[in-house]
Amino acid sequence: MATISSRRRSAIALATAAALVAVGAAGCGSSDSPASAQPNPSASPSAAAGVVTIRDPWVKAADKGMTAAFGTLVNDGDTDVTVTGATTSLSSMELHEMAMKDGKMVMRQKQGGIVIKARSTHALEPGGDHLMLMNLTKPVQAGDELTFTLTFADGKTQQFRAVAKPFTGAQESYAPGHGEPMPGMSATPGMSMSPAS
Amino acid sequence: MTGTSPVRPVSRRGLLTGGALAVGGAVTGGAAAAMTRTGGSARSDVVAADTTPVAAVGGLIEPFHGTRQAGVATEPQAYASFVALTLRGHTDRAAMGRMLRLLTDDAARLTQGQPALADTEAELGLLPARLTVTFGFGPGLYSAAGVDDRRPVSVTELPSFRIDRLQPAWCGGDLLLQICADDAITVAHAQRVLIKDSRPFATVRWAQQGFRRSPGVEPGGHTQRNLFGQLDGTANPRPGAPMDTALWVPDGPAWLRDSTTLVVRRISMNLETWDLLGRPDREIAVGRRLDTGAPLTGTAERDEPDFAATGPDGLTIIPDFSHLTRAHVTDDRLKILRRPYNYDGAPTAEGHADSGLIFTSYQADIARQYLPIQRRLAERDLLNEWTTPIGSAVFAIPPGCQPGGWVGEQVLG
Repeated sequence: MATISSRRRSAIALATAAALVAVGAAGCGSSDSPASAQPNPSASPSAAAGVVTIRDPWVKAADKGMTAAFGTLVNDGDTDVTVTGATTSLSSMELHEMAMKDGKMVMRQKQGGIVIKARSTHALEPGGDHLMLMNLTKPVQAGDELTFTLTFADGKTQQFRAVAKPFTGAQESYAPGHGEPMPGMSATPGMSMSPAS
Repeated sequence: MTGTSPVRPVSRRGLLTGGALAVGGAVTGGAAAAMTRTGGSARSDVVAADTTPVAAVGGLIEPFHGTRQAGVATEPQAYASFVALTLRGHTDRAAMGRMLRLLTDDAARLTQGQPALADTEAELGLLPARLTVTFGFGPGLYSAAGVDDRRPVSVTELPSFRIDRLQPAWCGGDLLLQICADDAITVAHAQRVLIKDSRPFATVRWAQQGFRRSPGVEPGGHTQRNLFGQLDGTANPRPGAPMDTALWVPDGPAWLRDSTTLVVRRISMNLETWDLLGRPDREIAVGRRLDTGAPLTGTAERDEPDFAATGPDGLTIIPDFSHLTRAHVTDDRLKILRRPYNYDGAPTAEGHADSGLIFTSYQADIARQYLPIQRRLAERDLLNEWTTPIGSAVFAIPPGCQPGGWVGEQVLG
């Protein structure tokens, strides 16, 4: 009789840190946006080789306005890595963080980029750091797959693909002065703190 | 998803070497990485392997990927949820593909004890307890996708039977999610994840939850009892070649080969009128002993019934109107696989039960296998006195998929 409980403790810890799970275990090879019904031969919508490994990338489906991409950045190297920018064809993008401001969690641009320490991982997750799509030029439908390009401090770039998930969380408030609140990511008082934060 | 052999829980060795649990590069073998959140970032430490005793039930894994979907030939789990969805008007073939990729990914992860992508209750995804997720396609899915030519011919609305008292709330459905596990929380979480990912594409038409004996309560392979106290499923085709013959389409185009079909019938069982029967009458109605399940002409559950044997009164010992007589089939090509779950709703104020069976019949061809049996039962089965079909739905169970693929790709791709 097989069991997974020998790994349970670590799995719980990983789960708490956000999306995890095996690269390659995903059965969901999606197509480029807009979706076609053709199966994708690649086993996982992740970048296999690059500056970092992007584990379990996903993007929140949205019809318009703002949305965000998430995943776990894994740095297997011996030196720290800094993500300084992200791009996609569907929207301008910013690197965001969630921070306490006047007693509320708000999101704002992450100064100095996102640092992934050597031999470490960094979670991009609702309520935490994330890659913000600022103004969609067309809808991101559930099941679509988007291509993103990360830029690093040393000038290197790396592409990855992320599947769009229906997701009602990630309703972070946007810090005043940085643009409008995310449509569907309401700035309603009391809702400003993501359930995951 | 299963191969050609009936699925058993995978062995520990198979699990550990199969890579099913390799979680990224940092977590392999005996070393495990713990991640500690510090101010929004996470760091990785290597900690000793967890040495707590293995869970006897929660950690068991059924394979997901394969040529055939799991959850059919799989030894039935204790809990099941059947969720029928109605496709939204705008859900076309391409959207179905996007939906099924998402749902396949959810199923592939959760069945292997991994949280779904963007799982908001990730901890609930860690104990699969033999979770299987089986996808069924109703006739409406094929027409909405414009692929009626890929619908198995027998997957069409059943003819009405005179015993039917069907309630629309329990009938039909474009897409079926059959979720089974040996733990009710695991089933509930998987259902929640799958429904959430289906919401942009479909609405919930009906959901039926059922149960069997819990794991460890009876030896494996034991025939289950329904809430009439009858052993239910004795005549199922035996695992191996007989079951394969009954279940799986052996050839044909990719969308048909290794598929099967499913009839879901919600059957209300009237425990109040059943209570009025004495034990001999109950046994005559079924044609079997209630204690052993043996045919009235035999001594053991698996004994072949002797329909010609007569008693002192000159009548056949197993009456012509018994459930056993009406349902009896010997050719594996004509048999059905029953994998029923009991339901037990809230009793009325007068204490009358709302009990019954989520009757499921799997077969390669509904017209060849299910319908003849059902016609004979509707015609003369004495059990009809105490049972009433109140729901009915038919689905194709399309072939399985390999890693990187998705269930339905042969139909919709």
